[in-house]
Amino acid sequence: MAELKKEQGPVDATPNVSEVETVDAVTEAEAVAAIDAPVSQGEPILQVRNLVKHFPLTQGILFKKQIGAVKAVDGISFDLYAGETLGIVGESGCGKSTVAKLLMTLERATAGEVFYKGQDITKLSGRALKAVRRNIQMVFQDPYTSLNPRMTVGDIIGEPFDIHPEVAPKGDRRRRVQELLDVVGLNPEYINRYPHQFSGGQRQRIGIARGLALNPEIIICDEPVSALDVSVQAQVINLMEKLQDEFNLSYVFIAHDLSIVRHISDRVGVMYLGKMAEIGTDTQIYDHPTHPYTQALLSAVPVPDPSAREGRERIILTGDVPSPANPPSGCRFRTRCWKAEERCATEEPLLAIPERFVSAATPAAHESACHFAEEKDVVHAA
Amino acid sequence: MTTIDKTAHVPAPRESVSGDGPLLDVRDLHVEFHTRDGVAKAVNGVNYTVSAGETLAVLGESGSGKSVTAQTIMGILDMPPGKITQGEILFRGQDMLKMSNEERRKIRGRKIAMIFQDALSSLNPVLTVGYQLGEMFRVHQGLSRKDAKAKSIELMDQVKIPAAAARISDYPHQFSGGMRQRIMIAMALALEPDLIIADEPTTALDVTVQAQVMDLLAELQREYNMGLILITHDLGVVADVADKIAVMYAGRIVETAPVGELYSRPAHPYTRGLLDSIPRLDQKGQELYAIKGLPPNLTRIPAGCAFSPRCPKAQDICRTEIPPLAPVTEQDGLELVGRGSACHFWKETIHG
Amino acid sequence: MPDTTALTKSTDASAAAAQTPTTTDSGPAPGKPRSLWSDAWHDLRRNPLFLVSMVLILLLTVMSIFPGLFTSASPRDANLAEHYLQKPNWGHFFAPDWLGYDVQGRSIYARLIYGARASIMVGVIVTIAVTITGLVIGMLAGYFGGWIDTVLSRITDVFFGVPFIVGAMVILTTFEERSVWVVILSLSFLGWTSIARVARGSVITIKQADYVVAAKALGASTTRIMTRHILPNAIAPVIVVATIALGGYIAAEATLSFLGIGLAEPTVSWGIDVSAAKDQLRNVPTVLIIPSVMVSITVLSFLMFGDAVRNALDPKMR
Repeated sequence: MAELKKEQGPVDATPNVSEVETVDAVTEAEAVAAIDAPVSQGEPILQVRNLVKHFPLTQGILFKKQIGAVKAVDGISFDLYAGETLGIVGESGCGKSTVAKLLMTLERATAGEVFYKGQDITKLSGRALKAVRRNIQMVFQDPYTSLNPRMTVGDIIGEPFDIHPEVAPKGDRRRRVQELLDVVGLNPEYINRYPHQFSGGQRQRIGIARGLALNPEIIICDEPVSALDVSVQAQVINLMEKLQDEFNLSYVFIAHDLSIVRHISDRVGVMYLGKMAEIGTDTQIYDHPTHPYTQALLSAVPVPDPSAREGRERIILTGDVPSPANPPSGCRFRTRCWKAEERCATEEPLLAIPERFVSAATPAAHESACHFAEEKDVVHAA
Repeated sequence: MTTIDKTAHVPAPRESVSGDGPLLDVRDLHVEFHTRDGVAKAVNGVNYTVSAGETLAVLGESGSGKSVTAQTIMGILDMPPGKITQGEILFRGQDMLKMSNEERRKIRGRKIAMIFQDALSSLNPVLTVGYQLGEMFRVHQGLSRKDAKAKSIELMDQVKIPAAAARISDYPHQFSGGMRQRIMIAMALALEPDLIIADEPTTALDVTVQAQVMDLLAELQREYNMGLILITHDLGVVADVADKIAVMYAGRIVETAPVGELYSRPAHPYTRGLLDSIPRLDQKGQELYAIKGLPPNLTRIPAGCAFSPRCPKAQDICRTEIPPLAPVTEQDGLELVGRGSACHFWKETIHG
Repeated sequence: MPDTTALTKSTDASAAAAQTPTTTDSGPAPGKPRSLWSDAWHDLRRNPLFLVSMVLILLLTVMSIFPGLFTSASPRDANLAEHYLQKPNWGHFFAPDWLGYDVQGRSIYARLIYGARASIMVGVIVTIAVTITGLVIGMLAGYFGGWIDTVLSRITDVFFGVPFIVGAMVILTTFEERSVWVVILSLSFLGWTSIARVARGSVITIKQADYVVAAKALGASTTRIMTRHILPNAIAPVIVVATIALGGYIAAEATLSFLGIGLAEPTVSWGIDVSAAKDQLRNVPTVLIIPSVMVSITVLSFLMFGDAVRNALDPKMR
């Protein structure tokens, strides 16, 4: 497995701490050099700033006229630190999957920046973009559609090497693929099998092996276990944690299952209707949530423990998520919020540490986009 | 081959309200599918009962046979490839498998209704919601168009769809996922059935909406004193609403228990493994416990206990003899009402 | 119904569960490598429809390539004096006079054998041509979308709007010499539209699949995505449409030849023979019936073949 291991030099040996700051590389070669430089543990490896993605709504057949836009992601900012797992939770339509696509540069951002080691990847193209793609990989939700049914497992996991031939010499590829199969807990002899011969959990392992092939630094996981059975979910989660330690990976873990996100994440961001509602460490978010939406979300999670069923406060939200094409003014959550006042309709709350907690040394002092942020434990039985 | 004993060994935790036996009694049901790779034994001797006002949760992973059982009860199993090889399904004491198609059709919808996971594909996209709801009354009760419409609005109010009168002429795609699932519930309720089978009713919904829909379902069940079979893979959803649980694995019921008991003291290694493998919301855990291996291929179910290849407690006997669903007792032999475990070593599992 | 789908999925993955706990994931150990193509072949081999049509098609193909194997007589030797409309001699199997002689005094049996070439050639070559054209146009339209799709789809619609036989007649009348190649050209020119539509549709579905997104995320080039991911997955429905259409092209050739606008003498074609014998139904019905039956058998074998292929490649359509 030696080849697959990242070089883990001493932390202070990192030569380019300054380059982590947002420096625009002049030439493509400089950009590639910056992208390939290592980042030390605990430094931000990905910095997202005011990221926006609007999908235009058009009318007319021949002359298309824009009549509006679906504001899938509407100005979100966060950092991903090297070696950590950042969980992103939210309900369907909150824009979390669009964030994944933007980080993968599979969609062009409408506005905002994504800095990867100082390079704004939303503006890169050509060789520099290809270098970024080598370092940021993805694991998909549906193991049944994410593998090409006409290709063998060996071809699927080996495809990254065909696209980036510099990573592995041709003669070495078969061995590398078998190593990868072994790493994700599959029999290396399965190299000539086809995806439909495997079960969901095994297919997800194949998808993970493909993601690992190029020794990436970041893996974006979009609902990687939600299509799997409970007993298989735990296997895949454990595998992902093991791989993170082994290869010093940073994960962006997007999911709707709050229990799984807590388990795997170091920090968690809660999204609602294209905005980040609250972000903090797992303890801050789960044990000391200050945003009403986070509280409602957490309180709604059915916990497999009937004894906790009585003691927990449940906040049942009324109504549905508004359309992202026409979000409410001010705070987006106000239409379903029990605390909403007039101010919420006129003034948009910013994602910041609430004033009342700023100077206090409390776990409630984390970024929350609410005018009336207050702590409320909804997870533990009273 | 040993089959699971009759349910008589495992008395229901709650007597039926009317006192004249259970609403539904499934006895020793076997269902097979004929596929190219051989015969897939999807259901291998399932027994369960549901009484009026009672919620039975059938818990299992994909391929456990939980949905196939439900489809067989509803009479909507695709045959072929499906085939019922053995068993009885007694509805109020009458075996539905021996009834004529006409008799079964009368029970379906009127007495037993079903709610599906995917409400969008279960509703006809080219007909208005009002028409589809009203159809139930027009066809089954012969109401006029006007009366049927009035009844439909009433029904939509009952499942708490806001502005029901205004939305009755909307099409399914104009509703959100949660609202569509409410419409499905309304359709199931239309003829005031005695029993509702809900197959993963909230799996496709968001957490906050899930809670709303589950609450609604529980509330309506109480109001109408219906029996409810809730089929799910989600241990969390079950904990909130069920009275008793049947855990299925590879086409068999491996454990039955009242809801509280199952979570606090599982008597089957599979149940225990499942409970241990879900991460907790209220604390950050260490490495998750993972049941090793994968669920069996139904065309080649292992000999003996189907769970034995994955079981940490498996002994030689587990690989040769199928364990019957035995009544579970306290250490001193005191009977635990409604509990059963199909494990040779249930004593060690629950008390050990 | 989640359970039944899960069931078919799990039965697809072959081999017993947990037999070989080789690694941490001791799941179903898949047996031999089994591609979707080999699965389809497995189904095909067991389909009597396929076996019957395959035998017929093979026979017809051999006939068209090596007609000399079946008869020593020439289809163009005319002896009006001796053989004018001579009745069949049913006892003389495979002899020139077995099925009698036509109005020109030519051996019907020989013409039956030699007529296969025109039909098979037109059918097969037109199918290949329209498949390639249709695939290219459909894939470009489906993959790139936008104005490319608009332009290509409108062109397809225009061609689709032309009635097939009438269109071919118009084209053929502009040619003085109507060889097999001219017929092939005119049919190919009009026939690609249905393939293009099918290809476009399946490309649009496939380009949204996660495995295509995954390839893009890896930085794969457009060519790579098209050839490695989209084409192999889009081709199955195209093959189905093409094989079923093949019979149609053979029928079209016979129709055109019958109408006197398709192939012309001295080319040997069943269509021409039917046309020449159309007044003899009352006198010597075999002159008319034999070439007609040959056309029917050929068209039917390809339709059956297409049907069998569809069942194998797309079991859901059954």
